[in-house]
Amino acid sequence: MIELGVPYGDPLADGPVIAEAAAVARAGEGGFGLVHALQVAAAFIRDPGVDQAPPVVAMTYMNPVMRLGLAETADRMRDAGVAGLIIPDMPPEASAPWRAVSKGLDTVFLVAPTSTDERLAVVAAVSAGFVYCVSSMGVTGERESLAIGLAEQVARVKRHTDLPVAVGFGVGDAAQAAQVAAIADGVIVGSAIVRRQSDPVAVESFVRELAAAVRS
Amino acid sequence: MSDVLLPSAEMAYSTPDAQGFYGPYGGTFVPETVVPALQELAAGYQEAIEDAAFVQELLYLLRDYVGRPSPLYRADRLAREVGLGAVYLKREDLNHTGAHKVNNTIGQCLLAKRMGKNRVIAETGAGQHGVATATTAALLGLECAVFMGVEDIRRQALNVYKMRLLGAEVIPVAEGQGTLADAVTAALRHWVERVDDTFYVIGSALGPHPYPQMVRDFQSVIGSEILGQMEEKQIPQVDAVIACIGGGSNAIGTFYPFLRDVPAGKRPLLIGAEAAGLGLDTDRHGAALTKGSPGVLHGFYSYLLQDDSGNPLEAYSISAGLDYPGVGPEHSYLKDEGLVRYETVTDAEALEAFALLTRVEGIIPAIESSHALALLPRLAAEIGSDATVIVTVSGRGDKDMDIVREAGLGE
Repeated sequence: MIELGVPYGDPLADGPVIAEAAAVARAGEGGFGLVHALQVAAAFIRDPGVDQAPPVVAMTYMNPVMRLGLAETADRMRDAGVAGLIIPDMPPEASAPWRAVSKGLDTVFLVAPTSTDERLAVVAAVSAGFVYCVSSMGVTGERESLAIGLAEQVARVKRHTDLPVAVGFGVGDAAQAAQVAAIADGVIVGSAIVRRQSDPVAVESFVRELAAAVRS
Repeated sequence: MSDVLLPSAEMAYSTPDAQGFYGPYGGTFVPETVVPALQELAAGYQEAIEDAAFVQELLYLLRDYVGRPSPLYRADRLAREVGLGAVYLKREDLNHTGAHKVNNTIGQCLLAKRMGKNRVIAETGAGQHGVATATTAALLGLECAVFMGVEDIRRQALNVYKMRLLGAEVIPVAEGQGTLADAVTAALRHWVERVDDTFYVIGSALGPHPYPQMVRDFQSVIGSEILGQMEEKQIPQVDAVIACIGGGSNAIGTFYPFLRDVPAGKRPLLIGAEAAGLGLDTDRHGAALTKGSPGVLHGFYSYLLQDDSGNPLEAYSISAGLDYPGVGPEHSYLKDEGLVRYETVTDAEALEAFALLTRVEGIIPAIESSHALALLPRLAAEIGSDATVIVTVSGRGDKDMDIVREAGLGE
């Protein structure tokens, strides 16, 4: 699965690597926003260069979606062939208007180490596709070690949902990815890949390394 | 006593709803990590304002530490100069620390303590809220860190020094333009990491629920006092009440008691003054209500200066307290409902008003507050030379000496 980050000017949940990448993308002529990101997704899904494109999930903040319009965003996502999206600053309570127009798209919600059982139930009730388990307090980005109690956290989330549970925020190398793969259904790596983006060869070898690690 | 903070049951104007919405505005748009903390905060706040002991301690500190009530001063020479019957100034500039900000920091820091959080963080633009938070933290023995953009640190070196003297750590924010909006983002991110032991003291009536409500309630002491002082001074009729708007906390604190307690037919015209900076036809202003469109920033839905892709735009004003690209959600609601009128004032008009008040009354206002004062001559032309107008002077101008000197005043 590919998570496609949409560049945004105030990425509240993102650490320095992704914030910097967003700033670089937006600095180009005419800017680069949700509309452009969905065009990139559509082109890739149409012609992925392999037999079948992996599912693409967009990650964007609330305001670009509101600016484009909820229904318009949903239409464009379906047209592009995008499978779903993640909006980190849209908690379940604020999601009804979006869910009403986004039939056919999986909206992935996040749970955090601070989520109580009550919150986990609320998130599980609305999430689709998978549940995104935020492994550490704070913003996206690589950490030296995985959070203590992660296995327990994943197990707690799983008691509330039958959906796959994927772990992100702080997974930065193959060894950590392998550790997470042992306890969760999916591993999400963002900053560690984005950090290598200026060197496509490095990206490819790193992703192969990650893939081998989670399958081992 | 609790009527300072608690709305009466039969009131006509009632905001926000249980989810923190003011009409369509406000709400909670934040990462899940802080949702539990916000829910805990909303519950803790409700408990606190229903607790007589909490309210009593708050009122005690507002009186004996801040120096409240602040005077409602009749500025006769100013009234003559601008061509109005009477002008009353609500003197928030006379508060301890020199601005209205302390009304809110005392409320929030008392709440932090009550909720068992011994560390507070704050964002600051001009440094007034940072100084007020650092001051209150010193008073209550709390650890304090203040996020401030590098550009603002440069412009407001004296306030940075004050905060450090008061024992606060000032954390420079280099991202973005290095101004207020970037400081809010940095503080929110930090709060996500340290939500267990840290209380985020937001400085204006904005952010996710319950902040806009909480800050409004703490600042409502301004408007409540005005209503009492109007009666005391037997001011027969007030035609208009004016306050400046960045995030909008001194304005909502001034207006809210009028909206809540005065029937619509008897209510004076309520007017907010936004920063027009170098002019509304340029991209150098901070007029979110006048020129913006609704969107989400910093966890709430409100009018916002934004580009076609939904990215927040940089706001500008000569006053560091008004250069915020958004505005508190209740103001957006009040604008749409037509309950408050919002006008704009340029840097040049604000400087002129600053010079006038200084010269004819011997009161040096903050450059933010000068935006409110600048509406007086316009208003005289509109509602006549017999009219009575109240202006909230949100702070004093000591911090602005370098800025007005650079602008050439007093040369």
